[in-house]
Amino acid sequence: QGTRYDQERLLRKSCTLYVGNLSFYTTEEQIHELFGKSGDIKKIIMGLDKVKKTACGFCFVEYYARGDAENAMRYINGTRLDDRIIRTDWDAGFKEGRQYGRGRSGGQVRDEYRQDYDAGRGGYGKTVQCQ
Amino acid sequence: SNSSLESNLEGLAGVLEADLPNYKSKILRILCTVARLLPEKLTVYTTLVGLLNARNYNFGGEFVEAMIRQLKECLKVNMYNEAVHLVRFLSDLVNCHVIAAPSMVAMFENFVSVTQEEDVPQVRCDWYMFAFLSSLPWVGKELYEKKDAEMDRLLSQTESYLKRRQKIHVPMLQVWTADKPHPQEEYLDCLWSQIQKLKKDRWQERHILRPYLAFDSILCEALQHNLPPFTPPPHTEDSVYPMPRVIFRMFDYTDDPEGPVMPGSHSVERFVIEENLHCIIKSHWKERKTCAAQLLSYPGNNKIPLNYHIVEVIFAELFQLPSPPHIEVMYTTLLIELCKLQPGSLPQVLAQATEMLYMRLDTMNTTCVDRFINWFSHHLSNFQFRWSWEDWSDCLTQDLEKPKPKFVREVLEKCMRLSYHQRIIDIVPASFSVLSPANPVCIYKYGDESNRSLPGYTVALCLTIAIKNKASNDEIFSILKDVPNPNQDDDDDEGFTFNPLKIEVFVQTLLHLAAKSFSHSFSALAKFHEVFKTLAESDEGKLHVLRVVYEVWKNHPQMIAVLVDKMIRTQIVDCAAVANWIFSSELAHDFTRFYIWEILHSTIRKMNKHVLKIHKELEETKARLARQHKRRDSDDDDRSSDREDGPLEEQIERLQEKVESAQSEQKNLFLVIFQRFIMLLTEHLVRCETGGIDVFTPWYKSCIERLQQIFLQHHQIIQQYMVTLENLLFTAELDHHILAVFQQFCALQA
Repeated sequence: QGTRYDQERLLRKSCTLYVGNLSFYTTEEQIHELFGKSGDIKKIIMGLDKVKKTACGFCFVEYYARGDAENAMRYINGTRLDDRIIRTDWDAGFKEGRQYGRGRSGGQVRDEYRQDYDAGRGGYGKTVQCQ
Repeated sequence: SNSSLESNLEGLAGVLEADLPNYKSKILRILCTVARLLPEKLTVYTTLVGLLNARNYNFGGEFVEAMIRQLKECLKVNMYNEAVHLVRFLSDLVNCHVIAAPSMVAMFENFVSVTQEEDVPQVRCDWYMFAFLSSLPWVGKELYEKKDAEMDRLLSQTESYLKRRQKIHVPMLQVWTADKPHPQEEYLDCLWSQIQKLKKDRWQERHILRPYLAFDSILCEALQHNLPPFTPPPHTEDSVYPMPRVIFRMFDYTDDPEGPVMPGSHSVERFVIEENLHCIIKSHWKERKTCAAQLLSYPGNNKIPLNYHIVEVIFAELFQLPSPPHIEVMYTTLLIELCKLQPGSLPQVLAQATEMLYMRLDTMNTTCVDRFINWFSHHLSNFQFRWSWEDWSDCLTQDLEKPKPKFVREVLEKCMRLSYHQRIIDIVPASFSVLSPANPVCIYKYGDESNRSLPGYTVALCLTIAIKNKASNDEIFSILKDVPNPNQDDDDDEGFTFNPLKIEVFVQTLLHLAAKSFSHSFSALAKFHEVFKTLAESDEGKLHVLRVVYEVWKNHPQMIAVLVDKMIRTQIVDCAAVANWIFSSELAHDFTRFYIWEILHSTIRKMNKHVLKIHKELEETKARLARQHKRRDSDDDDRSSDREDGPLEEQIERLQEKVESAQSEQKNLFLVIFQRFIMLLTEHLVRCETGGIDVFTPWYKSCIERLQQIFLQHHQIIQQYMVTLENLLFTAELDHHILAVFQQFCALQA
């Protein structure tokens, strides 16, 4: 949806970050504490498993000011939350439905095909678990 | 290595010389920018300019003129830090035979004569003095060799200025109140001691890298330029000079007995190293990995204990008063990057520094302790909270309000926020349980059957069921109608009067139902916004809502903070209500806890941002009107009349009113805060005096420093209220302990 130009424009103006590689057990409170260090947070939307409706390891953090989101990209991206290195990326903006994982089993795509064991993300990847 | 730098410079000079006919203005512009923005590479670029001047005398002249123009521009727009870099660059050009020494001395004579100006702020004279003194490590030798009599005169004028200038502001800016082990010196005093020592050493300075020395034979053949006479631009109302500073010192040569010796606090080497490290951070703060790499590749690595200098400089910035130069979280991640790059040495220096800071908590300024708490807890969260807590068991025997146990408590609370309660219990020894944070659970007073005798209990049950069944605001109102008002006689015909029991039942029940997460609570606030607004319509209503929030969530300060934030943003409560609540007797027990001050400062910041936002809207609308006028004037169309201006002019009038009302609310907020501080502190001082006890309790130290913190953190806004504050609140009748804080603040920009 939308041209690539529109997408890039949205990213350049965005105050929203996608946050990945969270543990399934990381809470909104922990995210708020960490990301609050770069500025006032407007909203946090936890990523959910589409089937189970439980946290599945990602979220969106929206700031009031773009500058605060930029500082999060500079200083929180690549550091640890709940002992895991988390990754942040610019997001074009939350839309209803985007809070759900898009993997076949309901979680994130990356957890479908993962071969390694990750205790914070449900153990083995879904395809491995089904074997 | 030096030889490759030299051949690079020679090569570059050749290339640029060839480019001069076609790209002269571009080259001038780039070199001027480099002089302004890369002070840590100063001597490299002055050498380059020296080589160019030797090959092309006219270019040298044009460059000097361009630099003077840039310097004047910087001073006009209050860019004083960059102006210092330009002055230093110019003075190093004397070493490169680009500028004649006598003309540089003449410029410095004009700088120093600013101290003779009448009716100007001291900070103005300070800046010109600093610009002169801080260039001397680079050029003192050369200037003294050529013009010793003039230099002696300048130095004696400097000495007499430094003796007569007032230093009331210093205590407000010191990180520690104690002078041991290292005195926290005012920045000009420290620099003066360093220059005096340099002069005693016959201006021998060995730390600065001087590439131009290798090119001496070429450079001394060059013709020099005279600086045009430079008159410092006069002081105007819009001039804003840099604030005074206190030099932060935490290490000396005894701290690293095995490594290279750390230059003494009054050595000019110490000054140059610190200046350069600060400049590197200033150049690269946006990229933490580059910044760390640049810091660690500072030249002279094996001759100085670089890791110690870096850690000291970073903490100097983190603890700087009034505020750090950059956002606090940057320093945390910068230190983590440094640990990654030097895993065998830097973590140990950092641990040593942490230990030293802990040992000196008793005299550390409360604001700096806040920053230490934030840094240390965030740092630990990146290293699985591994720390030798037993080393700090000395704090367990102290009164919990003393700085050391207080620090540990606050650190553990912050660590919990970044993890979870059981984790914190697991990481500390059992003996530390007295300092562990409370389990952040909600307290619902109507929860147990045993509470059924409480007034409002049945209504609470009713509400619970109704809310679970997705009741509307109207249904909630009708349920609440049945709640009796304990202030029965206040029940007049106004309709909505303050009913504390209604507020209690509604807020307790709702917050309890929404306790699961922040999002649940925010949804609840949004869904029942109408009920909140009605119940909290009066000032007492607002205060009571805050009280109930505290009662429910006193174990979870983080939740209190986010709820208060949301309630301000959705206008359920206003900023003044929050300020009054913080100073209320119900909160006295938590008054010295960190989260209370986070809430207050966050509230003030929201107020400030609100005023700025409306002001910006007003300016934008005025600009739109101006553009409309311009279009009409150029169109020359008689038909379009002033009627078109109508809606915009109306909007401007409305916005103007909004701005005035917001500014008045902002001023009122500060006045409330100051008033409450004065009341609280006066009460304590009177009690101590009549009881014959020492004023200086841990509570008092914390409280008076919190008052200082208000002044320092919001100094720009508070400057507007000076007359009111002086005439209304901080009058001569006030206890001198409290008045001193105000006087120190006034001295900051005097």
